[in-house]
This record gives sequence, C-alpha cells and structure tokens, in this order.
Amino acid sequence: MTPVLQLRNVGKVYGEGAARVQALDSIDLTVNAGELVAIMGPSGSGKSTLLTIAGSLEDTTTGDVEVEGKSLPAMTRAERAALRRRSIGFVFQDFNLLSGLTAAENVAMPLELDGMSQRDARALAMKALEDLGVAERADAFPDDLSGGERQRVAIARGVVGERRLLLADEPTGALDSVNSEGVMRILHKITRAGAAAVMVTHDAQLAAWADRVVFLRDGRVVDQTEAAPGPESLLASATDGSA
Amino acid sequence: MSVRHALLALLSEGPKYGLQLRDEFEARTGEVWPLNVGQVYTTLRRLERDGLVSSDDDGDDGLQKGYVLTKAGGKELQSWLDSPADAAAPPRDELMIKVLIAAQVPKVDVHEVIQRHRRHLVELMQRYTAVKANASDDDVPLALVVDAELFRLEAAVRWLDSADARLRRKPIKVAARESRTVPAGRLGVRA
Repeated sequence: MTPVLQLRNVGKVYGEGAARVQALDSIDLTVNAGELVAIMGPSGSGKSTLLTIAGSLEDTTTGDVEVEGKSLPAMTRAERAALRRRSIGFVFQDFNLLSGLTAAENVAMPLELDGMSQRDARALAMKALEDLGVAERADAFPDDLSGGERQRVAIARGVVGERRLLLADEPTGALDSVNSEGVMRILHKITRAGAAAVMVTHDAQLAAWADRVVFLRDGRVVDQTEAAPGPESLLASATDGSA
Repeated sequence: MSVRHALLALLSEGPKYGLQLRDEFEARTGEVWPLNVGQVYTTLRRLERDGLVSSDDDGDDGLQKGYVLTKAGGKELQSWLDSPADAAAPPRDELMIKVLIAAQVPKVDVHEVIQRHRRHLVELMQRYTAVKANASDDDVPLALVVDAELFRLEAAVRWLDSADARLRRKPIKVAARESRTVPAGRLGVRA
C-alpha cells in the first residue's frame, strides 16, 4: 500500500496566552492509495482544521505533513499551490462553484490555472463530468443545476486530471439521503480506482462508507474503527433474530 | 419479522406452492432472512387452521401443496399493514441502560464507555453499508432492508453523541447519591 497522505505528530495552535487554542494535538494519520477515511467528531474537535492542513491551505504549528511523499512544511508557497492544483482535490459542503462559469469551465479551471491548454483542460473536464454522470449538463451554469447535479460537478472538479488525494468536508451538503448515497457511491468508486480520500462528517451513515473511521475529540485522535469482517457474518446474525 | 404476514402478502398475488413461497420470501426480503423449510410449513399449517389460507388437499407435504388466500386472509393482511408498528414501547434498550449505569458507577469513565459503543455501532454500520456497496444498485429490496438497519443504528449513534455532550456539560453527581443511600461509614470508608 502506498501512502498518499501522512500526518506525523501534527499540532496546530491558534492564538496566544489566554486566547490560545490547541486545535490539533499530536495527530498521526496515514491514508493509503485506494483508501477512504472518514473523520468524525463533535463541533470544535478539529475535523475541518485537519482537512485544511492536509490540503496545505494552512500551516502546521508542529509536526510534518507529506502528500505523495513530499513534505509540505519544506515547500515554498508556490510549490504548495502547484501541488494543490495538480494532486489535491477539494469538495466542500456548499460546493463552491463559480456562478459565472459553466459546469465544464468550473471543472477545467484548476487545470487551466496550472497552465494546461483550454482544449486539453476541457477534454479532461468532460471526462470527469462523464464519470459522474453529468456530462449532458456540461454547458449549464450552476444556478440552473439541481442540488445533486451541483454536487456531482463539484466532485468532478475535485477529481479532474491526475488527482491522487481528495479532501471532502461534509461532501453531501444538504442533499437528501438517496442523493447523499449517490455521492458516497461515487467517492467509494473513486477510491477503488486508486485515489486516497479523507472525508470529514458528523453523519454516521456517510462515515459508514469509509474503509476506516477516525474519531477526533479536542484535537486528538481518540479512537478508530477496526478493519471490518465480511458482510456474510452480518447476514448470519440477522437471521438469528428473525423468528 | 412476521413470516405469517409475509406469506399472506405473497399469496395476495395468486395461488402458490409452499416451496415457491419460501423462495419468493427470501428473494423479496433481500435474502437477509433465509427461512427454513420447517418454518414455512408450520406457518402455512397455522394459517390454514385459522382460515386465512386454504390448500388443495392432495398429498400431506405442505411444500408440495398449492395455497390460496381466503377472504379472511386478505382482511388480516390489510389490517396488519395498517396497524402501527410497536414503536411506542417505553425505552428499555440495553445500550441506554449501560450508559445510564456507567454514568453513575464510580471510577468508570462514561465517555470512554460511550466511545466504545459508538465505535462498535459505526463498525456495524460499515458492514451494512458494505452489503449495499457490493450489491447492484437495482436490488431495491436489499437496499430497503439495509437502510432500515442503518437508520436504526444511526439513531443510536446520535443518541450516544447527545448523551456524551449532555454528560460533559452536566455529569451525574455520583457522590451525593451514594451518601444518601449507603452511609460511607457502613462500608468502612471515610467520606
């Protein structure tokens, strides 16, 4: 298994003196290629901070973060920005699509920012939209898309090109449970195809799609789920209670 | 799970053989509740005794016989579908009792107990979700059965989250209760 994301003894402190907040404390976390990891925890447990640090949007106070074997603290700002454009995809709760751009333009944007030609970027964007089943909406603007379509476009933007690490913060937003399941099936499929994904959520039904669930409290990892036995054992035990 | 009413429902579509009833029951409940031959046979015999189904009389093996729903059987099925499920029973589930007790036993960290149960429930949810993930998107009966379990487990996780937060804000005062019920002196300890 190849680690795509590694956090070693990561700490994050905001403020000083009486206002000092230890948002993350001694976090060790490895996410391998092909793995979907969910982070669960109450509000203020550090879930979102962990995600922004993993995505190089924020610096650590202590410890090291590696994405595809490259240490983020050792990089310049420009190098980190390039890494974000090429290797890391983000999916946010409120989708964050630019309303003045079409679905395809939104998805192609990170590639174009990285210097790819408009034509090549459009081709890759179309492929990502196709994988997510929204290719026929490529030329629609975000306001004309349904909630489920917007979320698929946002995920397409998160995975377009050769992205190896997908970071998702409550990725199903306000979608209903059947549409949420659709989003989770997509994330599941993307990781099965070799990407690594970290998803922050407070929703146990979403977290249950993950290969591993990590529980956070007060900035620390307090627990995580064991590798699950096969579903066969489950059906056998359900039978026992049937009579 | 009412095998009895499931069989009535299958017969509402038309006459069927015993063996056919067993196979269809399994297929439609997402094969989560495999039935044994005896269960189907016994249930059919009781349904016939109660006048809810009738059978053709040739042969005495219930699985080879053909069955048909009676008028009374149709009425029974409708009234079962309409009657409220037993959701109003007072809460006596084991998880709640364990947390309630853990919150009041000295030297037990109730939050650790809660986390152990939370992890266990989430692991169960992962296994149910894997059933859904591995099944075809078209297997709607299976998805319905698995969803029912997932929503039930999720409710328990949410209750644990809320119990956790509530107990952090306001722990149950164990010491006060002890001194009221059992004087410390009687146990040979100083208060």
